[in-house]
Formats: sequence, C-alpha cells, structure tokens
Amino acid sequence: MSSPLQQVTGQEYKYGFVTDIEADSAPPGLSEDIIRFISAKKGEPEWLLEFRLKAYRHWLTLTEPDWANVTYTKPDFQKIVYYSAPKQKAPTHESMDEVDPELIRTFEKLGVPINEQKALAGVAVDVVFDSVSVTTTYREKLAEVGIIFCSFSEAVREHPELVKQYLGSVVPTSDNFYAALNSAVFTDGSFCFIPKGVKCPMDLSTYFRINNKESGQFERTLIVAEAGASVSYLEGCTAPQFDTNQLHAAVVELVALDNASIKYSTVQNWYAGDKNGVGGIYNFVTKRGLCKGVNSKISWTQVETGSAITWKYPGCVLLGDNSIGEFYSVALTNHKQQADTGTKMIHIGRNTKSTIISKGISAGDSANSYRGLVKVLPKATGARNFSQCDSMLIGQTCSANTFPYIEVQNKSAKVEHEATTSKIGEEQLFYFQQRGIPAEDAISMIINGFCKDVFRELPMEFAVEATKLLSLKLEGSVG
Amino acid sequence: MLSIRNLTAAINGNDVLKGIDLEIKAGEVHAIMGPNGSGKSTLGKVIAGHPAYQVTGGEVIFEGKNLLELAPDERARAGVFLGFQLPIEVPGVSNASFLRLAYNKKAEAEGRDELDPLEFDDFIQEKIKGVKMNASFLDRSLNEGFSGGEKKRNEILQLSVLEPKLAILDELDSGLDIDALRILGEAVNRQLRPDRALLMITHFPRLLETVQPDKIHVLAGGRLIREGGKELALELEERGYDWLLQDTGRA
Repeated sequence: MSSPLQQVTGQEYKYGFVTDIEADSAPPGLSEDIIRFISAKKGEPEWLLEFRLKAYRHWLTLTEPDWANVTYTKPDFQKIVYYSAPKQKAPTHESMDEVDPELIRTFEKLGVPINEQKALAGVAVDVVFDSVSVTTTYREKLAEVGIIFCSFSEAVREHPELVKQYLGSVVPTSDNFYAALNSAVFTDGSFCFIPKGVKCPMDLSTYFRINNKESGQFERTLIVAEAGASVSYLEGCTAPQFDTNQLHAAVVELVALDNASIKYSTVQNWYAGDKNGVGGIYNFVTKRGLCKGVNSKISWTQVETGSAITWKYPGCVLLGDNSIGEFYSVALTNHKQQADTGTKMIHIGRNTKSTIISKGISAGDSANSYRGLVKVLPKATGARNFSQCDSMLIGQTCSANTFPYIEVQNKSAKVEHEATTSKIGEEQLFYFQQRGIPAEDAISMIINGFCKDVFRELPMEFAVEATKLLSLKLEGSVG
Repeated sequence: MLSIRNLTAAINGNDVLKGIDLEIKAGEVHAIMGPNGSGKSTLGKVIAGHPAYQVTGGEVIFEGKNLLELAPDERARAGVFLGFQLPIEVPGVSNASFLRLAYNKKAEAEGRDELDPLEFDDFIQEKIKGVKMNASFLDRSLNEGFSGGEKKRNEILQLSVLEPKLAILDELDSGLDIDALRILGEAVNRQLRPDRALLMITHFPRLLETVQPDKIHVLAGGRLIREGGKELALELEERGYDWLLQDTGRA
C-alpha cells in the first residue's frame, strides 16, 4: 500500500483537448512587419500602431529577466505565432447565432456560459479564444447604466479616446521585458469602463482560452472605475495539453478614481505540463492597479493552480490619500511546476493601507516562491501594511521560499510581516483517516482550511470552483 | 470481536511489539497498563494502522476481518476508534465540519442517511452536553489552541458521535483534572453496550475507578506479562511495576 502522502497529485488535466477550427494566423516570428500586420488586421488607428512600435523598439533593447526563482528554457520569440484567430463569419457577434457552433461547443465543454440563456445569473462574460474576443454577453444590459464592457479591439474602435487616455498609464510600455513585448503585439482582451457613481450590477468576467499550439497569448485588459464607481471582475483561463510550451504574457491595468473600488479575481488553470515537466504554459504576466483617487480601493484575489512557470506580481500603486490595496493569493504547485509570485504595494499617498495574504502550497517536485515588495515613499505619512505569507508542503521533494522586500522611507509607517511554514504530515493525515475520512478528503479539507482567508474573498461561484480545482490538482499527491 | 495473535511490530527497524496475544469479546472492557516505553501506545496505533509502524508478524482479526489488510480509514469505518493521547491541531478546519464529515463517511459506509449541516447541528448539540463542552468549541478550528483537557474532551465527543464498536483510548487521563476525568469517564461509560468493547491504555489506576475494566493486562518490553481482574490495578498502585518485571525476569 503506497502511503497517502505519495498519491494525491496524479489527476489528468481535463481541459487539455484541442478544438479543430480553421484559423487565420500570422506566420511565426516577430518584426515590425508582423506588428503592422496585427495592427492592420484589427484596423487600428495610427497612434496605436505607434504605441506598439515604440514598445517593440524598446523591447529590442531589453534582455529577459532572470532574477526569479525559476529555471526554464527561454522561449524562442521568432518561433511564436503572434496572431491566430478562429475564422468567423463576422468580426463581432451581435447575437450567438453568428458564433461558430464549434466554438460554442468548446466553451460549453469548458463550463463557460457564453449563451445568455444558459449563463450564470448575474455574470457577464467576454470570451477570448487565442488572439481574439469571440463574444461578450450582457452588453446591452450593462450599457443601460452606462457601463462599457467589450473586447479590447472593439473598445479601440468605439471608444478610442478612453483607451488612449488610460492605455499604458499604469504599466508603461517600458515597464519590463514581457510588458514591453505585450505592448508591441497584444491582440485582444477585455475593456471595462464603469462611469461615475455606478455600482456595476453584475460580476464581469473574461475567459481566456489558448487553442493554437504555436501561438502565444498576449492579452490586454484595462478596467477603469470613475469616481464613486465599483466593480467586481473575474478572470478564468485554460489551454490544451501540448508537449511544447506556450507563452502567455498578459498586461492588466486597473485605474480607480476617487472613492472607486475594483475587485479583480483570477482562477488560473493553464495547462501545467505533465508529471515530468514536459509542456505547459509559461505564464509571465504584469498586473497592476493604480489607486489614483482618494479613498480608492483595489483588491487582487488570485488562485494560481496551473502553468509550468508562473511569474506574476499583481500590485497596487497607492497614489490617492487613504487608498487601500489588497492582495489575496493561493498558489498551488505540483509535479515539476514552478511559481514565483507575489505582489508589489507602493505607498505614495498619505494614510494608505495595504494587506497581503499569501498561501503557497507545494507538492510533488515543485518549487513555490512568494516574492513581495512593500515600498513606502517619503510622503506616505501614516502608511500601514500587514503581510502574512504561509507555506504548506506536501511530501518531501517540494520546496517553498519567501522573499519579502520592505523599503520604508517614512518614519510614521507601520509594516508588519508574518510568515509560517507547515507540512501536511503523516500524523495529520492519520488523525483524519482514523476518524474514517479517506486521505484525499482529508487533504482537501486541510488545504481548504489553510486557504480559507483567501477563498472567502472570492465571489461565491469562484470559491466553489477554486475549492474543487485544488482538490483535483492534488489528487494522487498523497499516498 | 478483536482477536490478536502473536503480533509483532517495529518502527525504524526497532522491534516494539514482540508477540502480543489478546482476545477482546463484545461487551468487555479491557485495560492495558505498563511502564513508560513498554509499547502501550504502539499497540493502539498498530491496531488503527498508523503508517509509521511496520507489522512484522502475527494477525489482527476484527469481527472476522483481517484488519492488517485495510487502510486506516477503512478500519475506522469498520468500527475501530482510537482516542489519541496527543490529538493534533488543524488550523482553518472547523471542529463541526470535521465531525460532520467523519460522521457522514461512516453513515455512507453503513448505508445510512448522511446529515446536512442543519440536521447535524441538532445531532451534535445533544452530544456536546454529554461531555459538558461549550458549544463555541464547535466553531473553532479543530483542536487549535485547545488546552490538553479540552482536546481530550473533544476526543470523547468524537467517540460519542461515531459510536464505534471498538474504542481504544490512549491515556485519556493524561492532562485531565479530577472533575474532567469523572465527566469523561462517565461519558465513556454511557457508550458501553453489549455489542461494543473498550480498550483503555493508561499509566494510572484512577481512571479505572470510574470506568471499571473486566480485565487488566500489563504490557512491558513489548510483551503482555500479566493478566488479572480489576484488583490488579490496586496492586499496581501499591507496588508499582518493578515487582512484576522482576517476577518475569525482565527488570
């Protein structure tokens, strides 16, 4: 009988199928011509092409960062396909009748409600397949209260002034290697604009699917909440099972004006590679929120379970006085997965507050690192931060690391950091088993208990999904 | 009900049990006593299937089933309960949800209806009265921050929720004051039925005044060296274990 601590992680990835659909793709490789091709395909205005080319030229001067605690073969940027779109009857879909039935079936199989009749009540979804947005539900209903929720490409066409005003205002094109690359080649994503004083009546969500074996996904999401507005936004993602690595390099920018609040939740389940570390997504993402106005609030909640390599630090720039930044994270790694994830909280305004709760779970031969920066600038009088970083190890061959960086330039600031490491060991499991609870239920219960502080920040449907996902991911890892 | 024959077991290559024979019939209360390090706790853990111990020989038959072939959770659902000497703490898992999951796993195995959280709440409110536990303990994380006595109370609460056929209680008395010992002893007595059995592992005879055993066994050096009625407890209290060890040439 193999011990329960060696069995719980063998579950197959159930979203690993490929949709056979005719695609309209660019040839592989990256050059100014490819960027012009993408821009022309999307019928973009000149200023946006300039934005892309400026980013590309800057990117050429950068080298890929290697400070993260991960090892991998660097992607060959000339082999990636930067544009791949399923062939469609019409560029946008006014109704579901125009969407390719094969795509509808794909998303039904993924459990993503793109048909409004079948949709979860109260969640509007933008569906992105490889490089383009397929459909966005509940648009008219949201438009009644002045909310714009559409694909990024449509936003460029229909609301260019808003896009131009905010694009790159939080993550500049020169921010980092992958942000520069994204700025040069991004193809689609979601755009949300919540006007002054409006509380968004439903959760907004985007579902990202990478289907093409050679394509990278470079999506761009921009969410703006004007004064007094609030919104809860959810992001989900899956990819087929390939034995090669696909690159996902997204940029997400959030802007909250006076008294606005944005809650951004992610359940990330990109294909993680097989047990031996073959294949899987490289998830190199830049996410940042700007609390621009007074009393504004941005809250990131992430459940990271997929990807071969995860490199992401959703952060908050707390510019407005009394603004609040929050980061709640569960990162689970198994087999050969590597995650280097955490947050950045930059306190600029007075009486700004940030909270960081990070829960790392490592199983198999995986490596899981928390990396977080708390920076208090000289004018941030009264700034406060509380950080708690807990790690849980399952088995003997995984690792967990915590890299907190704290820079305080104002004497009145209060910064607290707590960290713990625990282990699901034989004794804990035996206790549960002795009460008649099978090892897998025991692990799921212990893990959910460990992650409770993060799960309760998730919207209800997501919390249920996240709980199930963690159990699935760990199935077979305890024996 | 339980029949152990020539059971030997080791941990990290060291023999701890060196040939145990023990017969427990339905309706009986047995006690195992003995000095520190004699293998008392090991015996309980081996019966329950703790993975750290290797069974090197012998057999353990429980109601006709070979227990040694079953995983620990299967043994538990078959009706074997081990009350731990040092119950572990599990942050974030509420006591109530743990108890309900354990109850429902057993109910499922026995083909009975599972209880939803509301039904279980009615059920558990009765049970906690039996161990005089404050209801607030149900919402707290499993054993986290409980005192030694509170953890033991929680073990007996679990016992009364699961109603096992065979309960093995490992040093129930350690960490308990006299009043708590009496309350828990009485709660254990209420679990006794003609179709159930109880095995108590203890250093001290005091518990045996409340929960009176039919048979007492003395375990030393991995072997059962003496068997007697409840009067043996009094003799051990007066004379200690040394005379027995000398008697059997194992001082």
